[in-house]
Amino acid sequence: MTREIEITVDGKPVASREGDSVAAALWNAGQRRLKTSVSGEPRGWLCAMGSCYECLLLIDGRPRRACVTPCSAGMMVSRIDLPAVD
Amino acid sequence: MASRHRKAEVAVVGAGPAGVAAALQVARQGRSVTLADEREGLGGQIWRNAARRGPARARRWLERLDSSRVDCAWEASVVSADLDARTLLLEDASGGKTVEFERLILATGARELFLPFPGWTLPGVVGVGALQAMIKSGARFDGQSILIAGSGPLLLPVAALAARAGAKLVQVCEQAPFNEVAWFAWSLWQHPAKALAAVNYRRRFLTTRYRAGTWIESVRAAEEDDRLEAILTDGNSRKHVVCDVVATSCGLVPASELGLLLGCAADAGGALRVDQYLRTSTEGVFAAGEVTGVGGADLAMVEGRIAGAAAVNGKPRAGWLRRRARLRRFATEMNRAFRPRPELTERVDDDTLVCRCEDIPWVAVDPQAGPRQTKLLTRCGMGLCQGRTCMPALKVLCGWQELPVIRPPIQPTLVSSFLTTPPDRSTQARE
Repeated sequence: MTREIEITVDGKPVASREGDSVAAALWNAGQRRLKTSVSGEPRGWLCAMGSCYECLLLIDGRPRRACVTPCSAGMMVSRIDLPAVD
Repeated sequence: MASRHRKAEVAVVGAGPAGVAAALQVARQGRSVTLADEREGLGGQIWRNAARRGPARARRWLERLDSSRVDCAWEASVVSADLDARTLLLEDASGGKTVEFERLILATGARELFLPFPGWTLPGVVGVGALQAMIKSGARFDGQSILIAGSGPLLLPVAALAARAGAKLVQVCEQAPFNEVAWFAWSLWQHPAKALAAVNYRRRFLTTRYRAGTWIESVRAAEEDDRLEAILTDGNSRKHVVCDVVATSCGLVPASELGLLLGCAADAGGALRVDQYLRTSTEGVFAAGEVTGVGGADLAMVEGRIAGAAAVNGKPRAGWLRRRARLRRFATEMNRAFRPRPELTERVDDDTLVCRCEDIPWVAVDPQAGPRQTKLLTRCGMGLCQGRTCMPALKVLCGWQELPVIRPPIQPTLVSSFLTTPPDRSTQARE
C-alpha cells in the first residue's frame, strides 16, 4: 500500500501519499490555484500531462511541472509567483 | 544502466503502448535499443502509473520490459535531435544526456485539443483526459460535482472512472451531433469487444445524462467560492450548470514536434506521414502510435511492432500490416464522426485568451497571418509550452494551412544541458 507522507508547500505542511503527483496532493488539500498568470489571473492545472506548463512550481529547488512530479517525503514545494507584467 | 552518453542501434522516444511495443520488438530481434520517456516508467497517457494502478495488460508489458534487454532512460525529455550526428539530446534531473542511434522511432503520442471559450482559464476548468490522468495520479474527487463535455469515445472511460472515484457527474456532453454518434455506435457491431467496453463504461454512470450535440458555450466563476457556472448549449437552448470541475476538451491531436523538428512530412492535422512500414519522410526515422494519427492503444501497439521490426530491417508480418490497416480504417471513421464542430471555434470573444502562457487575447490575432507571423507579432507560442496548447487551437480558429516551424530546444532546458555532446565529438572539436 502507498505510504502516507508529508510535503511542504509555501512553508505549510500538506499531507500526501508517496507517488501521487504534487498537483494531486495540492488538489486534495483544496488548493486550486497553482500560479498567477502574467496578467494576474489565477490558474490551476489544465492538461495533467506535462504539456501546458500551467502547473510549474519550484520543487526541491527546481522548476518542475507538478502534474508529472511524484511526491516524496519532505519535498519542498513553492509557488513561482512572478510580478505581473503591465 | 545510468550513463550520460549511450549508443544503441535503435532509439525509441516515448514509452506508451507504441514505444514499448517497438522497443520490445527490437530487443526480441536481438538488437540494442534505448527507450526514453519523460515519465518514470512505461504507460504514456493511457496507462498512467501502470506499475501502481494500471490495467493487467499494462502490468504484463511492464514485466516484459523489465525482463528484456531494453535500455530505459526514464524522466528524460528530448531537447533536440541531430540527424547528421544521429544523436538525441535529452535532459533529466542530472542534466544533459545523449543517445546515439542508427534508427529512430518516434512514439510521442497525442495531447488534448483545447479550443478556447470565455472562462476556460479558470482554475477547475480542465481537460477530459486530464481528469482521468489526475485521478490516476492520486487526485480525489469524491463528493465533487463534475461536468464532462468533450468529444469521442474517451468520454466514456473518463466518466466511468470519475463515477467510481465518487464524483457526482452533472452531465456528460458529446459535441458531435446525435446522428454521428448513433452511426458510430451502430458501426461497433464490427468490433464487438469495443462495443462491450462502451456498454460497460456507460453502466458505471447510468444515472448521469449523456447528451450528444451538446457543448459548453462559456464558464464563469460562480458566486460560491471556487465553484464554476457553465452554460451548455445544443445550438438552440441553453442550460446553466453549477459544479466544482468542468472537464472539457475537443479530442486529441498528435504531439509531433520532434518529428517536425527532424523535417518529417505531416498532414494538415500534424500527424506524421508514414508508409506501410512506418517510415517517415526522413531517412532513418520511423513513427508509431498516436503521432501518426490518433487511433487508440491497439493501433499504437501493432504500429510499434511494425516500426520495431522495420527499423532493424526485419520484415513486419503480413498479419500485423492487415491488423494495422483494419484499425486505421476504424480510427479514420471515428475521427471523422467526432471531429470538432464549427460552433466550437465561434465561442471566442475578443478578450478570450488564446495563449495562456503569454496571456494573449483573441483580438490580438490576425487570422490571415499564419503561424510564424502570429508568433512573431503577438508572442503566441513564445511561452513555456512552446505553443503546444495555443498553436493547435489557433490552427483551427484561423484555418491555417501550414504547421508551425519547430526549432530546438523543444523543451525548456538548462543551457548546460543544451550544450551537452557525446565525449568523442567534443574531443574532436577541441583538436
